[in-house]
Amino acid sequence: MNDLNRLVNIRIAVNGREHQRAVEPRMTLVDFLRDELGLTGTHVGCEHGVCGACTVVFDGEPVRSCCMFAVQADGSSVTTVEGLAPERGKLSPLQDAFCEKHALQCGYCTPGMLVACQSLIDRVPHPTETQVREAISGNLCRCTGYKQIIDAVLYATSQDASHG
Amino acid sequence: MKAAPFDYIRAESEAHALEVLQQHGADAKLVAGGQSLVPMMAMRLARPSVLVDINRLTSLKGVENAADAIRMGACTRQRDVEHDQGLRSRLPLVAQALAWVGHIQTRNRGTVGGSLVHADPSAELPLAASVLAARLHLRSQNGVRVVDAAEFFQGPMFTATAETECLVAIDWPVWEGARTGSAFDETSIRHGDFAMASAACQLQLDEAGVCQRVALGFGGVDGTPMVFPELASQLVGHRITAQAAREIAHSASSRCEPGDDIHATASFRRHLATVLGERVLLKAADNARNASH
Repeated sequence: MNDLNRLVNIRIAVNGREHQRAVEPRMTLVDFLRDELGLTGTHVGCEHGVCGACTVVFDGEPVRSCCMFAVQADGSSVTTVEGLAPERGKLSPLQDAFCEKHALQCGYCTPGMLVACQSLIDRVPHPTETQVREAISGNLCRCTGYKQIIDAVLYATSQDASHG
Repeated sequence: MKAAPFDYIRAESEAHALEVLQQHGADAKLVAGGQSLVPMMAMRLARPSVLVDINRLTSLKGVENAADAIRMGACTRQRDVEHDQGLRSRLPLVAQALAWVGHIQTRNRGTVGGSLVHADPSAELPLAASVLAARLHLRSQNGVRVVDAAEFFQGPMFTATAETECLVAIDWPVWEGARTGSAFDETSIRHGDFAMASAACQLQLDEAGVCQRVALGFGGVDGTPMVFPELASQLVGHRITAQAAREIAHSASSRCEPGDDIHATASFRRHLATVLGERVLLKAADNARNASH
């Protein structure tokens, strides 16, 4: 017989900190981050892999945390939007640029956008506009408009920001 | 939008995964990258009571070059294939198709085999597999059988894979010889969305630009990817002119039975297939002429 109520012990390193929990297999990674760890920076949008709001870095690559179960992430490391800032009360250069260039309005898509863009910058320190557009092609924004988001990434990775 | 409860089993080996499938039959489902299955579970269109995770099976991963084919482990991530340099030269159609598959975040998790067994009629990899006549290796406790793409795709989200079988590898035939070119094109509302229609072509020209071999297919315009070996063969022995390409693409699209939905009418989809079919034939011929080897 299957035991559908069986809890599974998992260990996941999130933003450099190890967490151990017993979870239901059906709990998605994003629900684990939000409900078990209280890291509500990662947003839940569509819950079926369309909107990109739940983007996190999973073992070094950006993925949608609604499209995997927390049990699958056992033994892995995850970086969420909370892990982008260098310390409490400070913003990363990319986050600063989002403020500077007004790259957020309602803020719902912002965590996913930031994580997707930071992943790009980590691979390509000075991306072209085309590369930025491709990096956020899996992230929907319904109010800010993509223009300011692209401007912010280009600004953060240009000389202007580092001198500003 | 939450999956129904299920029991989770992380496969320790292929044999372990197959044993669980044999034991649970239709109640069990394999999960690889999960980019199709997990959303389907969230929407409760899929409701397995046992989820068998094959993500960590290294025996199902990797790209191997053989003389006349490239073998991919079914659980190879789309992103890893996309970045494989050998693939771009020997299997350009797959590299071209992958550029249209989802987004970076989904290709980082999504697997080649997962997309094939999911068999969405508008998906890119099933179309590429059909056009190239890929061979799919299905393994159960009884052994391995090899199924041609033409028999593998049986209907929307429906393949020849039995409940007790796991797709373990895919052989993609490589066309040897000079002046081989391919092309992939599609139309969707936004890049990365499901295609309203898609077309893929691979062909080979001789020194004079005369077609020696050609394969053409459409996605999104019928219940499975559609290929047209007999029609396309009418181009063999001729130059690929715009008129010839248009005629073949038109005949091909008239053999398809697209669905009507909120995104596009059947007649618009058929029209798109004609236009895309002509484009990929001409583009593949261009690429064949420009091929350096």
